[in-house]
Amino acid sequence: MSSLDKETVRRIAYLSRINVSEEGLSELAGDLTRILDFVEELQEVDVEGCEPLTSVADLTLPLRKDEVTDGNIQQKVLSNAPMTDAGCFVVPKVVE
Amino acid sequence: MTDLTKLTLAEARDGLAKGDYTSVELTEAHLKSMDAHRNLNAYITETPEKAMEMAKASDAKRAKGSAGKMEGLPIAVKDLFCTEGVQTTAASHILEGFKPEYESTVTSNLFGNGAVMLGKANLDEFAMGSSNTSSYYGNVINPWKDKSGKDLVPGGSSGGSAAAVAANMALAATGTDTGGSIRQPASYCGIVGLKPTYGRCSRWGIVAFASSLDQAGPMTKTVRDAAIMLGSMAGHDAKDSTSAPIAVPDFEAALTGDIRGMKIGIPKEYRVDGMPEEISKLWDNGVAMLRDAGAEVVDVTLPHTKYALGTYYIVAPAEASSNLARYDGLRYGQRVMDDGDSLDDMYMKSRAAGFGKEVQRRIMIGTYVLSAGYYDAYYNKALKVRRRIYQDFEGAFGQVDAILTPTAPSAAFAIGENEGDPVKMYLNDVFTVPASLAGLPGISVPTGLSAEGLPLGLQLIGKPFDEETVLRVGGVLESAANFTAKPAGQEG
Repeated sequence: MSSLDKETVRRIAYLSRINVSEEGLSELAGDLTRILDFVEELQEVDVEGCEPLTSVADLTLPLRKDEVTDGNIQQKVLSNAPMTDAGCFVVPKVVE
Repeated sequence: MTDLTKLTLAEARDGLAKGDYTSVELTEAHLKSMDAHRNLNAYITETPEKAMEMAKASDAKRAKGSAGKMEGLPIAVKDLFCTEGVQTTAASHILEGFKPEYESTVTSNLFGNGAVMLGKANLDEFAMGSSNTSSYYGNVINPWKDKSGKDLVPGGSSGGSAAAVAANMALAATGTDTGGSIRQPASYCGIVGLKPTYGRCSRWGIVAFASSLDQAGPMTKTVRDAAIMLGSMAGHDAKDSTSAPIAVPDFEAALTGDIRGMKIGIPKEYRVDGMPEEISKLWDNGVAMLRDAGAEVVDVTLPHTKYALGTYYIVAPAEASSNLARYDGLRYGQRVMDDGDSLDDMYMKSRAAGFGKEVQRRIMIGTYVLSAGYYDAYYNKALKVRRRIYQDFEGAFGQVDAILTPTAPSAAFAIGENEGDPVKMYLNDVFTVPASLAGLPGISVPTGLSAEGLPLGLQLIGKPFDEETVLRVGGVLESAANFTAKPAGQEG
């Protein structure tokens, strides 16, 4: 049984970059523990010699020629941005 | 004049070809039906002007003597498909107002074949849910009522698509299915829902949830309609590296009605503890129908079935946590930021305000199972169990052509039920998740009514890229079940 405490949830929330209130942390600790308990039964499966299955697509990923296939669509790229300036995305200050 | 909204896709296609009516008339009839059923909240965005333009263009195209596979047929598009210039929300606040600059491959294929878009259908936020109660744009109401008359869920995540088709607000709709999101709402709304083989339809331009599982498919009134629409949606696409480079067969031609000598597997592990009597009886009836039609019924075993949900609820959130990292408040979507905020503050506020509860839960579970120290115990373990589940199906398909199971463990439930405990909601997907993990095609066909008068579906699962067998057996099941019930107000 893995029970998540509030501090662990705080760390997960930060890794997920989601602000969670103090109250929310306790509620999430309960919810996430419930989900982890539910998936706990996987531990009993014998997977000796079993390779992880990352994709069911029975393909070798195709390679294409390394060449530019689009571009010159600055307006389209920026059209849904919350904040732009002089053809660029605007981000909060990241360098002091 | 016949009510044009009560036609099947096949009937409407043939009527248009004969000149009985125009696409403009068909489209107007559906727009009117959308007005009349707005209380169901099946659409997030209605696009009546675009629909009329597309219908006029289609009629003009037909007049010149050319008609595509979906020519002039009005459909709903799940609001998870990017549609150029039309708001695409994934039912999330974080994408409110997002207008893609490009068209998804599947909708591009459909529109290229003449389909007319009526609007963008409601869904669970980012397709995460089984009840369509996690949409930022409100719950969808199932057009069916039980005896108490209270509002029921349409299932999820493609709940708006299913409700729109069941209430004749669209001839058909696109859906997407990650763990059952086409098949379960189809069962709850008494329509047909087909999840194709992983790789059959391109995922390009579909808002990503769990990329190794997501697959687009048709939600329709009949099995024939599903065959027609899948033929238009499917095909190789260089823009999706997991899209299969294989030819699209004539799915409609597979509907021969002849399943004599075919072997149908019945997996004993699906007879789960506490399965309601009426579901078990429905399944037995389905077995009898296929046997009567000349199929041989064979017991098969899928021993790892009970681990499928656990596997899914590690793999899908893990992939979701990566996919949803793109919502950063910078390039598109909602941004929440106060003066003096750092980049991290901005990310954390935007994502807290933009994502709903269930989406946040899944991102965090996914982050946890992928984090240092837990990756092997959870994520890698789940991928290994996933291979066991895949191997179970490989074994079964050495003996049989298709597998018959119930689609869902119950009929549609009341809005608000199964909330509060996330795991209880997950149990709705118990019969659909295994085929998703194995990437196999599955169809839900309405087969009977519950004691409360609600539709119940049976699921047929097929071999990879053998949608033809799934459709052929589905067609036989449909004819034998002769499911003619309709929600109140949609009879006749």
